[in-house]
Amino acid sequence: MSRRKSITGGLFIGLTAFSAILIIAVIIILLVVIIIGGKDTFSWEFLTAFPEDGMMKGGIFPAIFGTVLLVLIMSIAAVPFGTITAIYLTEYAHEKSILAQTIRFAVRTLATVPSIIFGLFGLGFFIKYVGSGMDDLFLGGQLKWGQPNILWASLTMALLTLPVVIVSVEEAIRTVPREMREASLALGATKWETIKRIVIPGSRSGIMTGTILAVSRGAGEVAPILFTGAAYYLATLPTSLSDQFMNLGYHIYIMATQSANVDQTLPIQFATTMVLLLLTFMLNLTAVIIRSRLRRKAK
Amino acid sequence: MKEIKIKTKNLSLYYGAKMALNSISLDIPEKEVTAFIGPSGCGKSTFLRTLNRMNDLIPNVKITGEVLVDGLNIYDKQIDVVNLRKKVGMVFQKSNPFTKSIYENVAYGPKINGINNRKKLEEIVETSLKNAFIWEEVKDRLHDSAMGLSGGQQQRMCIARALAVEPEIILMDEPASALDPISTAKIEELIFELKKKYTIVIVTHNMQQAARVSDLTAFFYLGELIEFGKTRKIFTTPDKKHTEEYITGRFG
Repeated sequence: MSRRKSITGGLFIGLTAFSAILIIAVIIILLVVIIIGGKDTFSWEFLTAFPEDGMMKGGIFPAIFGTVLLVLIMSIAAVPFGTITAIYLTEYAHEKSILAQTIRFAVRTLATVPSIIFGLFGLGFFIKYVGSGMDDLFLGGQLKWGQPNILWASLTMALLTLPVVIVSVEEAIRTVPREMREASLALGATKWETIKRIVIPGSRSGIMTGTILAVSRGAGEVAPILFTGAAYYLATLPTSLSDQFMNLGYHIYIMATQSANVDQTLPIQFATTMVLLLLTFMLNLTAVIIRSRLRRKAK
Repeated sequence: MKEIKIKTKNLSLYYGAKMALNSISLDIPEKEVTAFIGPSGCGKSTFLRTLNRMNDLIPNVKITGEVLVDGLNIYDKQIDVVNLRKKVGMVFQKSNPFTKSIYENVAYGPKINGINNRKKLEEIVETSLKNAFIWEEVKDRLHDSAMGLSGGQQQRMCIARALAVEPEIILMDEPASALDPISTAKIEELIFELKKKYTIVIVTHNMQQAARVSDLTAFFYLGELIEFGKTRKIFTTPDKKHTEEYITGRFG
């Protein structure tokens, strides 16, 4: 009896250890394969040059530029909006009010919506509805905003990353002790002054974490920008919000599926993947460090 | 007898359906120290917080009756609660400095009241810290974080912060309960000094402290005001048996 128990116990330990090791192994294999495949192509030149020869040669600068611009505009939209929502939820809404619960439910749901749905929503809402509406209203029907561009892509991405911002900021706001708010109010500060001078500065690192996590998510997602602004190839960098743009993730997809010679572009694919991984990894690491500091502070 | 600064009339407070204060009527005189004593949960802190409407922050609180400060009912609709709290300052049980410099902590109140002149602010900060008996200890590190101060220093800085908005009344919610005897003695000495200019209401668990610092003492039990009078009388010849039992340590 006890022997059988110890065998099952041993098996279970083995199984859990195996699963854990498997995950580490997958990551290592992934990294090794990507680094081996991309290391010869990866160079300063690769990061700073335009693609050449139908994207068979050259660098990926426009894709890096486009990705950075995308997440920048996305942050400008998502961070203030998400922060304000988080402030409303934690400071103004009653925890159990129908409105607050509805917002929370919406935020949770938003976080689970498949990213391609955001892409379709962006196409339908931003481009077909808002964009075309703007064209009809201001440009007499001339096509300018009613087509994919970096603004619509960024706003679509902002919707996708909004829950990340809201949750991070909410968490940070909750670490600001009640005693500090009371101290401020007892000195004759209004609620808004207390939020502005005590709560928001106290949640600064949370707002930063949320931003970085959102940026790292936005940098890696492709589906939301498929229909809303990403371009196959552009000879020039975007200069206006109504321009299309190139993007790292989309670039990988294009080269792997649409290239004239997929095998020949393999090293570029690997190197581009390396850049994208490196970028998101660094962003996530920064977020983790800031968040762990914040948690330590809360204790 | 000095003038009445705060007067409550049949003040009751409910948390939801639960009655926490039962019809309290009490007169607090100007520029004296009034102490509230009683066992935990007797309502003394809750009562204190009705005097600057800090209970407003807690959901489901219902208040009936009146609190008159200088003759005006502070629960009247026309009363601006922000102005009220400038007039009725508060020092909390747990010292609660902002995660800012000592200077910024003390200047916080004046700043939100619209004082931006640096000279003037520096003056206020210095005077407030001096009045809270902490200037000498911090004058060389005004721009260091207040979090680096000891517990007792933090509490005195919080008193300075409260003084900086020039209140007329200071409510103290067990201001020394988390402090060592030396820091406690300093706070008590400070209270003695402050009552020359301010009306002070202090909640304390420490009976000796109440006896030492206060002119008047109110004994609360289960949300009721049992007895209120001159501290010397309450501690030597109380009228109520309950008060006597609590003070002599037979319960509580």
